[in-house]
Amino acid sequence: MKSFTYIRAATSDQAVQSYAQAPDSRFIGGGTNLLDLMKMGVERPSHLVDVHRLPLTQIEEHEGGVRIGALASNTEAANHRLIRERYPVLSQAILAGATQQLRNKATCGGNLLQRTRCYYFYDPTYAECNKRNPGSGCAAIPGYNRIHAILGTSSSCIATHPSDMAVALMAIGATVQVVGPQGARSVALDEFYRLPGDTPQIDTNLHSGELITAIDLPAIPYGRRSVYLKVRDRNSYAFALVSVAAILDMEGGTIRQSHIALGGVAHKPWRAALAEKHLKGKTLDADTLRAAAEAELKDATGYTDNAFKIELAKRSIVRAMTTAAQMEVA
Amino acid sequence: MPGVIGQPLDRIDGTLKVTGRAVYAYEQQVENAAYGVLVTSTIPKGRITAIDTSAAEKSSGVVMVMTHLNAPKLAGLKEQKPSPVTGRVIQAFQDDLVRYANQPVALVVAETLEQALEGAHLVGVKYAVERHAVDLDGRISQAYEPPKAGGQQEPSASNRGDMKSGLAEADQRMREVYRTPFEFHNPMEQHATIAVWDKPDHLTLYDSTQGVFSDRERVGHVFSMPSESIHVISPFIGGGFGSKGPVWSHVVIAAMAAKQLSRPVRLEVRRPQMFGPVGMRSQTRQELAIGAKTDGSITALSHDTVCQTSSFDEFVETASLSARRLYTAPNNSTSHLLIKSDIGQPSYTRAPGEAPGTYALEAAMDEMAYQLKMDPIEFRLKNYTDSDPNEKKPWSSKSLRECYRQGAERFGWSNRTAEPRSMRKGNVLVGYGMATSIYPTRRSPANASARLNGDGTLSVDAGTQDIGTGTYTVMTQVAADTFGLPMTSVKFRLGDTDLPKTPVSGGSQAAASTGSAVYLATQALREKLIQMAISDAQSPLSGVSAQDVEIQNGRIFARSNPSKGEALGQLLARSGQPFAEGKAEAKPGSEKERYSMYAFGAQFSEVHVDADLGQIRVARHLGCFAAGRILNAKTARSQLLGGMIWGVGMALLEEGVMDRRLGRYVNNNLAEYHVPVNADIGVIDAFWVDEKDEHVNPLGVKGVGEIGITGATAAIVNAIHHATGKRVRDLPVTLDKLLV
Repeated sequence: MKSFTYIRAATSDQAVQSYAQAPDSRFIGGGTNLLDLMKMGVERPSHLVDVHRLPLTQIEEHEGGVRIGALASNTEAANHRLIRERYPVLSQAILAGATQQLRNKATCGGNLLQRTRCYYFYDPTYAECNKRNPGSGCAAIPGYNRIHAILGTSSSCIATHPSDMAVALMAIGATVQVVGPQGARSVALDEFYRLPGDTPQIDTNLHSGELITAIDLPAIPYGRRSVYLKVRDRNSYAFALVSVAAILDMEGGTIRQSHIALGGVAHKPWRAALAEKHLKGKTLDADTLRAAAEAELKDATGYTDNAFKIELAKRSIVRAMTTAAQMEVA
Repeated sequence: MPGVIGQPLDRIDGTLKVTGRAVYAYEQQVENAAYGVLVTSTIPKGRITAIDTSAAEKSSGVVMVMTHLNAPKLAGLKEQKPSPVTGRVIQAFQDDLVRYANQPVALVVAETLEQALEGAHLVGVKYAVERHAVDLDGRISQAYEPPKAGGQQEPSASNRGDMKSGLAEADQRMREVYRTPFEFHNPMEQHATIAVWDKPDHLTLYDSTQGVFSDRERVGHVFSMPSESIHVISPFIGGGFGSKGPVWSHVVIAAMAAKQLSRPVRLEVRRPQMFGPVGMRSQTRQELAIGAKTDGSITALSHDTVCQTSSFDEFVETASLSARRLYTAPNNSTSHLLIKSDIGQPSYTRAPGEAPGTYALEAAMDEMAYQLKMDPIEFRLKNYTDSDPNEKKPWSSKSLRECYRQGAERFGWSNRTAEPRSMRKGNVLVGYGMATSIYPTRRSPANASARLNGDGTLSVDAGTQDIGTGTYTVMTQVAADTFGLPMTSVKFRLGDTDLPKTPVSGGSQAAASTGSAVYLATQALREKLIQMAISDAQSPLSGVSAQDVEIQNGRIFARSNPSKGEALGQLLARSGQPFAEGKAEAKPGSEKERYSMYAFGAQFSEVHVDADLGQIRVARHLGCFAAGRILNAKTARSQLLGGMIWGVGMALLEEGVMDRRLGRYVNNNLAEYHVPVNADIGVIDAFWVDEKDEHVNPLGVKGVGEIGITGATAAIVNAIHHATGKRVRDLPVTLDKLLV
């Protein structure tokens, strides 16, 4: 590993200042992804700013919704009463990810910034990876791409975002609070992430040196009718082939509105706006759900090994929505 | 007092392990040891045209960078022959050739691990790339027939009767191709070695190895040293599964570096580097043909396997062997072909041969049972072999019929409705499947010694290894049993070439080989003590007949009059010796000429398949085995369960995925190379039928290390077919294969 300097920040401002003092700084929270990447030589920071002990761990009511401190652990968020009661989809999504040990260590802010698990990105001895080494090409497109994206891909990159938590947050419509050299701002999660386009090396729209301080969840009165479905090869410690976060607002048999986000299919957690639009005001039945899923996946592209995800995503949307509709919600 | 053999005792090293106090190879405290990190090739074939080590050499803490340009040339690595059982042809910086991706091309040694990692990152290697060939399908025309195959060096092909006429007389025929992927051992503990040159001509290796003695012989050969000048120490091993049987390049490289530096070097193979340089199971293409009469009798059975070996060494994945003897099949042929490929060397992997072989054979048997509309167990019983039709010898023992019966009963096989998809519950397709397990019983010469100490305790030694199976515990049991002692009065040592010579812990033979030696050594000591007592005028047993003398719980006494006797310590004290010792070598005898020796079993699986999403879950899995005498009901059950769980992995998860364009395995870590986790295992159980085998070895044990994985995969895949009506013949059965 490359030698680096290390500072433990006492305040967010100090963290932001320290970050700006070195050319290749990284904030480190739980370190569950960053340390791994450093050992692999994918990340080679010269300076680490440890934010793990900043007092940003509260999970509390905020403007009718809930605010999750960026440094709350994944375990704390998943098990918090406010999350379990109001946003069960988020609790389920977090618990579907990683392992208990990793969730204990991983922070919610850090979870949003996980890097892709594309094989060719994760091992710097692969010459081609536009995300790791812009302009070098994409090894996944002609290579093995069973775990790769089917929506929003580009000829530069077909990587997926690995988080489960972020998929639920996308369905919830969360907002990310950040602080940086230019002060504080908030970014809607949908604006936070990017599609690869021709700049896949940039995962998010965070500005250089910005630190996530909190994740805000809006009030969703019908949020209890929600489901996180994760389809994967093994039952724990495996990334999603396809996942669906679904929140459903029903009036009798009619869909008043729905929130659907997909994981494992794109460079970002994918808000299924076309499916939501298709479903709005319709009677919930199998055909309607299937048609909504078809609409969402209309422009999906399959590659050599992952074309199955297109059909799998459709069926998963139908299953998640059906399950949500059948829930008994107090 | 009932004997301790067979009791379900906890592992005596269990507490050490779960509290982190068991010291593994890489953790040994060795003064002034430097850290090595390997740099491995990123191409599968070509030449190294340049290595830039200047940045690495200047990097903080780096003390040496070794490459083919500055490494010593070792006579023992010249013109290596395709390897003996526990050796392998290895690459250790002797030339500029790259023969497979991930081949070691440089070693960086530094004061700390982090510095060595950074140094390794800074080494720049330039290659002249040559066209590589890594595929199996598409290159079958290049396959060749190896003369011999497997640990027993059996002929690679066999024939009895005439397949053609056997198929002609059949009422039902099937022919299908089954494929299994590259599979990697992935023991939890990575390969690791610390090399210490105590003197210029004496080497100590702390090595995570399945064979301390074969280790020192191979390393001795490489360094042109007598093996007695090498001391191998291996007290704990975090799993081997065959990968730690041979000596691989890193062991030799660590010793080379330590010699060069005149300083101990510790070297761990990093997880991604375990995909190539330390063996794997080759992918296989297996073609099965079965012909059967309407009544279920098999008229013809053939099993033809094609697998891969490296360009520089030879190993056959002996998948076709079981088909020679599991069913009567009067017309039978089997074969193995190899394709030389630009891959790391395939080697012994978790029931080599039998694991993929019983998958294909038992899946084909299931297909034929469906074609015949026969119950799969009935079909197997119809073709049951009462002697080995291949060897034309009687079985030393075979209780497979009982395994089918008891396994089926405990599993509830009779609740199965034969029709595929007939047991659906809502979105869940339920399926039952079964298959047969078979694994050869072997042993090799092994030595042990047993000492009675002055305090009445026993010290028992054998150089063998405990690769996580419970060797410490079962050997202690065998010794304690002979002397009627509590376990705590026996101290058993292993994992050291200073102890009596024993074979590799592999091929399910440790208990049979070393267990027999421990048994004979303690018996020899017992006889010696009895002779001492009856010929000692001062002993209360003076003149008593040897047959009347018993030893129990530290006391030697007359059976006919138990009050007549004394403490063993007293007997020893009078002899003036600090201890009394018995030694023994247990060697295979003529049993191999007289009998065909195998363990058998029957496995049953219930799978649940999501009808829409294809997700598969093994809800219940049961194995019933017949493996001779069981030394410890707890550790044996754990071994069997472990084997069965590897079978779940083989059926549903495991696949070393090669990017054929690059000739590299892309999922070279435990996040992406999936092995089963707890959440993948529903209800699982293993039990065994009583089986006494007086022929296999003095202890009557057949070994349970590998039998568990054989048949497990087929039982699951057969259950998937029963659940879904789909036959997926290419492993692993992942959900995408069920969506189509």
